[in-house]
Amino acid sequence: MNHLDPQRHVRGESQYLDDVPVQQGTLYAAVFESPLAHGVLRSLDFSAALAAPGVARVLTAADIPGENQIGGIVPDEPLLAEGHVHFRGQPVALVLARTEAQAHAALKLIKVEIDPLPIITDPRVAAAQGEFIVPPRTFKLGDSAAAWASCAHVFEGVAENGGQEHLYIETQGAYAFPTEMGGVRMISSTQGPTAVQRHTAHVLGLGMHQVEVDVTRLGGGFGGKEDQATPWGALAALGAFLTKKPVKLVLDRMADMRMTGKRHPYSSDFRIGFDADLKIVAYEVEFYQNAGAAADLSPAVMERTLFHATNAYFVPNVTATAYSCRTNLPPNTAFRGFGGPQGMFVIESALAKAAEELGVPTYELQRRNLLREGDLFSYRQAAEGCHAEQAWDTAASDFDLAGIRAEIAQFNQQNKLKKKGFAVMPICFGISFTKTPMNQTRALVHIYSDGSVGISTGAVEMGQGVNTKIAQVAARTLGISINRIKIETTNTTRVANTSPSAASATADLNGKATEMACRALRERLLRHAEVEYTLNYEGLEIRDEEVLAAGIRTETTWDKLVSSAFWKRIALTENAHYATPDLHFDATVNQGHPFAYHVYGTALTTVTVDCLRGTYTVDALQIAHDFGQSFNEVIDRGQIEGGAVQGIGWMTMEEVAYNEEGRLLSNSLNSYKIPDIYAAPKVLDVHFLDTPGHPKAILRSKAVGEPPLMYGIGTYFALRDAVRAFQGHTALPFSAPMTPEKVLVSLYPEGAMVKKPDVTISVAGGL
Amino acid sequence: MIEFLLNDQSIRTSEAPASALLDFVRCHEQLKGTKIGCREGDCGACTVLVGELAPDGQTVSYQSMTSCLTPLGNAHGKHIVTVEGINAAGSQLTPVQKAIVDEGGSQCGFCTVGFVMSLTGHSLSSTPVTEKSTIAAIDGNICRCTGYKSLERAAARLTAELEQRPAENALAWLSEKQFVPGYFAEVPAKLAKLRPTETNASNASAEALAASATAHANGGSVSTSPNGHAQNQNDHGHEGNRPFTHALVGGGTDLLVQRLEELREQPGVRLIFDQPGRRGIRRETTGRVVLGAATTASQLLDSELMRGLMPRLPQYLKLVSSTPIRNMGTVAGNFINGSPIGDLTIMFLALGASITLLDAAGATRELALPDLYLGYKKLAKAADEQVIEISFPAPLAGDFFHFEKVSKRTHLDIASVNSAAWLRVENGIIQAARVSAGGVGPVPLYLARTSEFLQGRELTAETVTAANEVMQSEISPISDVRGTSEYKRLLLRQLLWAHFLEFAPELAVDELI
Repeated sequence: MNHLDPQRHVRGESQYLDDVPVQQGTLYAAVFESPLAHGVLRSLDFSAALAAPGVARVLTAADIPGENQIGGIVPDEPLLAEGHVHFRGQPVALVLARTEAQAHAALKLIKVEIDPLPIITDPRVAAAQGEFIVPPRTFKLGDSAAAWASCAHVFEGVAENGGQEHLYIETQGAYAFPTEMGGVRMISSTQGPTAVQRHTAHVLGLGMHQVEVDVTRLGGGFGGKEDQATPWGALAALGAFLTKKPVKLVLDRMADMRMTGKRHPYSSDFRIGFDADLKIVAYEVEFYQNAGAAADLSPAVMERTLFHATNAYFVPNVTATAYSCRTNLPPNTAFRGFGGPQGMFVIESALAKAAEELGVPTYELQRRNLLREGDLFSYRQAAEGCHAEQAWDTAASDFDLAGIRAEIAQFNQQNKLKKKGFAVMPICFGISFTKTPMNQTRALVHIYSDGSVGISTGAVEMGQGVNTKIAQVAARTLGISINRIKIETTNTTRVANTSPSAASATADLNGKATEMACRALRERLLRHAEVEYTLNYEGLEIRDEEVLAAGIRTETTWDKLVSSAFWKRIALTENAHYATPDLHFDATVNQGHPFAYHVYGTALTTVTVDCLRGTYTVDALQIAHDFGQSFNEVIDRGQIEGGAVQGIGWMTMEEVAYNEEGRLLSNSLNSYKIPDIYAAPKVLDVHFLDTPGHPKAILRSKAVGEPPLMYGIGTYFALRDAVRAFQGHTALPFSAPMTPEKVLVSLYPEGAMVKKPDVTISVAGGL
Repeated sequence: MIEFLLNDQSIRTSEAPASALLDFVRCHEQLKGTKIGCREGDCGACTVLVGELAPDGQTVSYQSMTSCLTPLGNAHGKHIVTVEGINAAGSQLTPVQKAIVDEGGSQCGFCTVGFVMSLTGHSLSSTPVTEKSTIAAIDGNICRCTGYKSLERAAARLTAELEQRPAENALAWLSEKQFVPGYFAEVPAKLAKLRPTETNASNASAEALAASATAHANGGSVSTSPNGHAQNQNDHGHEGNRPFTHALVGGGTDLLVQRLEELREQPGVRLIFDQPGRRGIRRETTGRVVLGAATTASQLLDSELMRGLMPRLPQYLKLVSSTPIRNMGTVAGNFINGSPIGDLTIMFLALGASITLLDAAGATRELALPDLYLGYKKLAKAADEQVIEISFPAPLAGDFFHFEKVSKRTHLDIASVNSAAWLRVENGIIQAARVSAGGVGPVPLYLARTSEFLQGRELTAETVTAANEVMQSEISPISDVRGTSEYKRLLLRQLLWAHFLEFAPELAVDELI
């Protein structure tokens, strides 16, 4: 069973935001950005822009009829800068013109005066100055401070990870239309239609019912369009609301890269202690999160870092503290994994550090400390249905961990200029929004009188195949062909108050609501059949579009049943509400049961480093993953493979670089590199673990969106392993990504061993 | 007036020749299957096929190109194919489309059409079909859902199908198997009608053409290319003020990234991509090899002459941009762009190349390639001069030539440092040497002192180590997004080692590293 969209994708018939036919009279918007990362906005002169050909209006904060505020968790982010600018690329004004080219040309005519203020780009500097987005939080289990004394071995260090640009190939955008009711209807490329609706209503000073947001699909999101689609939707809506004309705003690639936040870089301090049997006794960690200039989703991302600070290991004494640090960079935001990868990178660094110092393979330490059934996480939820050891042992035996190690040892002995490295990466990822109230959704299911079915939910299709899964759930529940089912666009007037498509939970939440609605409809139809065809309700079912009584075909088919129900005035529409049961979490004590369930898995990574050039290849990534009971293996495999390769990108070539002025240097696809087909591992095996799934997972098929990203972390440690095979004595810092530059510099810490010329030649424009 | 065939429609347009084909297709013709991803040839979402009538007038060679960097004028006389032009009637899928759907190779779908077009181009090409060559055909397509393993499986399935493709009359077979619609059969005749004068012109220079392009294979296992747009990408502003006086556009792969807006408004832009006289590769009796200035990187690779002189050319060129960009970018364009890390420039510097410049008055002069570069993007070339030919002394049998490149991503990336070396060694003595390096100075560097130092010395680790000392004093790298200056120094040393270890593996490795 394939997902439904691909048929249209391959023919180029899928409509994305920029493909929507343009209405006559449409104005094109372009955003004027702050050229400085921090300062006081003194004046803004757009008279020349206003006089430029085609320009209709230039909007600033002063034009906002409602409140100039789009902060989701903390109200600290204006839609258009007012008084101060806090990051380079911050929207200051919006130009509306008859053509896109005219709008962009006019940007160059706007003059802005800003009194510069000091710029902070480093989270530790921000922390030292008390620049926190929210107060720090600590997750604590046992008493780590008291535990150090009983440790046989204690190691400490620093671990740093870089950011990650989402680089959805479809850039951000929205297309807004004024409505006759005085509101706005818009098409937005967003993972969170309700967020766009809510903030737009707020900005325009309208009720939410006056703002309609519609999403057909996204050309990639990865978290980048969760909260950060909002500014573009609200700006387009503002333009449409004020001019009473349709307004289209699509960011070009470089603007998108400059203006939007990315995965959070972290700098972290760790300390880990073991007993004589190398069991972890205590772990302390302090995370310094680079949040950027406004809260955005940073507090929630920070919280998930704390949830996953111990990854798939049991640690009896944990103290994990996180600081969300305000800097003058674009507000960093959700990215697949949502803080989890950052937390896991640090404990994996701690384990690698310990193993290197102890002279044992890291995987010995990892295996010995894996979670077992009933073990407590630091937030006091117990590991239930724990498959950490099963995943590890299956990967180790199926992919022959011992054999791989032996092969690598032999290879490294025989080769001077090429070294292989190896790492194991176990994962444990909690499924649910950690903000419990967000774990609810609705599904609206219409059965039309001809037997066809239309389904609306809060799920946004962005390549993860959620629409196909929902259609499968409906087809299976109703007993009909999937070809009868259409998944409608995601629309705030059909399904209201939705959570964003995020947290890997979209298929579970929306699938469950769909299942509930379809069950209710099925029961209603069968009750009708009982009366209409005098059948015994017990044992009635619909299978393959036939109505069966006690397993035997009746005269009635799906079409006939639906048609007769309609004429008997039976309701053929159902609206179901699903809220994940049994979730609770008390953020004042950081304890509770925040997750419906956890997903487990283990990946083995083998790499080869060219020790002459510092380049490398990922030879094999071999994964044993806990899918539960997958009902769409093609989609699920695609999520695992894609997520893992995206994680490898984060750990290897993807390097987000800002200079000290807060200017993005990696500002285009030629300076920010993401994996291409040759960068994907040569071998990528995915073993579907035999696990029962979880009743809170849709049809017992566990969530697959985010967990696989963290398999990519293994690549960092495998590269480190290979570098150490060449240059064993190097004291390598824990610093991701492991670019070819970092590899080469680690291989040859003494550098080129030559005198540098005394005179530095300055080159205009740089090289 | 630009005339071409867009799918099965004839187009006559007076849009600006230097505007992007992508915009014409999407905005003018409302064909929305072709997507905008980056507008700099780095994602492949806008890939289309460009078909050119062969000199025989009977067949059309198709190549994939990124329409964001294709000047509209370069479409003149050609068959431009977008996904709408290959879709079968109804909701039938072509074998390429079906393979991607069946293997789950399309997630969010935004990049998908680009993959479909690249693979369709591969189906239409005469390149022998192997799993490797099929993958190479999509080396310019980026999928951020990173569904590459599914796409590899789709490519494998397709490879198996295409192995049945007959050598003769392949188009009929492809049409029967629904890789392309039936109207493709009429395209040669339509193109012949569309550009009678051009056909004559190409007949006139048939000799040159025959020497150059055997087949414009799209995405063979071997492929070539320039690129070099972009090391100054982070500094758009520095260039913006330099007005065009005599704008010449070749493949457009660099200018359309940097200066599309300007070029679009510019009257009198001259497109030289298609001038038959500017193509072709030949060996002269003097022993020199001569290339037309508009020779593309793909044509370099297709040239038996070039491959004979440099058997490892395919490996080198695989490191240079991507299949669609190699199909567009020209050798002279790479030189004139003046990027300090232009891959082809670095290769030709070590080959000892010269260029022939033609001025407006019709006078020509020859210039050694190193002498072209005066400073960062500053050339020893008058505004009205254009490169018409490139030549270099053919390496002799036994000569050594090698190219090295390291970038953050191995493929489709701009070098942190690249380097080429040519050596002639007799009886353990280096008779002559030419070493070049990019990314370590304001211009693509011919390392004159290093090259001179090597000459006459014994081929030993000691010589190489000492050459590094000379080389380090000859370079001036700066720290930028492609690496710190310290890294670039270290890396170039390693690449020098790499040249010599490739040439003389018996050199004592331990003494070097």
